[in-house]
Amino acid sequence: MSKTRTPTRRRQITLVDVAGPTLIFVAFLSFWYWLSYYGMSERRRFLVPPLHKVVQDGYLDWKNFSKMLEALWLTTQVAMWGLGIAIALGMTLAILMSQARWVERSVWPYAVALQSIPILALVPLLGILFNYSFNARVIVCIIIAIFPIINNTLFGIQSVEAGHHDLFTLHHTSRLTRLRKLQLPAASPAIFAGFRISAGLSVIGAIVGDFFFRKGDKGIGILLDQYAARTTTIPRLYAATILAGALGYLVFSVFGLLTKAIIGKWHEAAEVPG
Amino acid sequence: MDDTGVVAQRSKPVGGLALKFDRVSMVFPNGTEAALDVSFSVKPGEFVTIVGPSGCGKSTLLRIAAGLLNPTGGSVEVDRERLGYVFQDATLLPWRTVQGNVELLPELHGYAKDERQALATAAIDLVGLNGFENHYPKTLSGGMKMRVSLARTLTLRPPVFLFDEPFSAVDEITRMHLNEETQELFTNEGFAGLFITHSIGEAVFMSTKVLVMSARPGRLVAEFDVPFGYPRKSDLRFDSQFAELCGSVSEALRGAYT
Repeated sequence: MSKTRTPTRRRQITLVDVAGPTLIFVAFLSFWYWLSYYGMSERRRFLVPPLHKVVQDGYLDWKNFSKMLEALWLTTQVAMWGLGIAIALGMTLAILMSQARWVERSVWPYAVALQSIPILALVPLLGILFNYSFNARVIVCIIIAIFPIINNTLFGIQSVEAGHHDLFTLHHTSRLTRLRKLQLPAASPAIFAGFRISAGLSVIGAIVGDFFFRKGDKGIGILLDQYAARTTTIPRLYAATILAGALGYLVFSVFGLLTKAIIGKWHEAAEVPG
Repeated sequence: MDDTGVVAQRSKPVGGLALKFDRVSMVFPNGTEAALDVSFSVKPGEFVTIVGPSGCGKSTLLRIAAGLLNPTGGSVEVDRERLGYVFQDATLLPWRTVQGNVELLPELHGYAKDERQALATAAIDLVGLNGFENHYPKTLSGGMKMRVSLARTLTLRPPVFLFDEPFSAVDEITRMHLNEETQELFTNEGFAGLFITHSIGEAVFMSTKVLVMSARPGRLVAEFDVPFGYPRKSDLRFDSQFAELCGSVSEALRGAYT
């Protein structure tokens, strides 16, 4: 631990940082076009439309694009509500569990159970119980996103160094002060890692809920389902899939940046790409 | 134990002593005998060091003194309200700057913001870390972290300091510097010190008295008064009397391993 570190210096962007991903992107595009024009038998070629067709149908046709954006916005709202509630609920539970052994023992099996139930098995039930509403979709997100929050918060709080606890014990610190000034700050790297995982899961939850409900307000999942049903809308299916992927990536990146901004000053492993 | 986990007994020492161990024994629930019938005292203005083989229960004695452990026999008298404890590791909070770390103890004791800032500034001054107030621990060397840890303990100006092998993780030269600085702080601040180490040179250089502890179960087997006055200069280490005393302690320690 006696390593001396130079104060955090912004890493130089090297040629590899730019050229590497560009090269892979070009290779991927080439493969895609090759598949569209030569790789597939003529009968099945419609399954892989060339990229420009995807852009044309999906993004340049405003009627389609605006529909997709609306759907994406709805999905985003569902995912963020779900994530927000999962964070609030998950952290509260984890903090209570950290304060009393009996709460931990009582709640933990159910947290694990919730994590173990395949979400797809629950979706139909949640659909009929909550009438395929916005709330039903949010609940799917909460269920899928809450476990990493509980797990990481609890793990973080329980991993506080014994020496730090001794220091606070010597000065007759109350439980609340210990929680605020020691346990939560010490746990914050783990908690933020949990946020990043859950953010991605929550987006998946929102799309999955949508996709299987096929009812209610149209999120991007419903559009995906509809676009997959007809051969003429296959370019739009690609366009919507890319948008959904972009949403997941964006959410993950935002939480990465948030982590860096809040704990990057002091935490070593806070260098998160993206 | 009360709610905070600290042993409730906080009797003040009698007879003008800063710290008094009275026939303290410690047997852990797993049967490990860490200390046996240990009695000694530290007067104000004294700096007592306990040397002993690793695992002999030296640190256990400090934890008992601080109230982090309850002895299975005997008792300790010390004013726990005003006790300084320097840990083996710097135990800095990595999310706080040097300033924030040094302000921690006054903060836990409810001092107002400007008060604790002033206390921290003065303590940072004492350990010579001015200019590093806004640095985070991860940017500091091991020796600097220990200085921050010392400064943190100094803020409350405790009349009794307990040191738990605080310099065992730093390199030899840094350790000598830290020994000199600690000895200087002791000279100027006038606290009573109880220091744990397995380094004989460190013990003799800083202390007014060196106690030698035997291998487990730890008993006090020898006691040496160190005759040198304070402040002590670094070249004291080359003094023949110093070397001779180190030799005697070393011999006692060798006997203590059996």
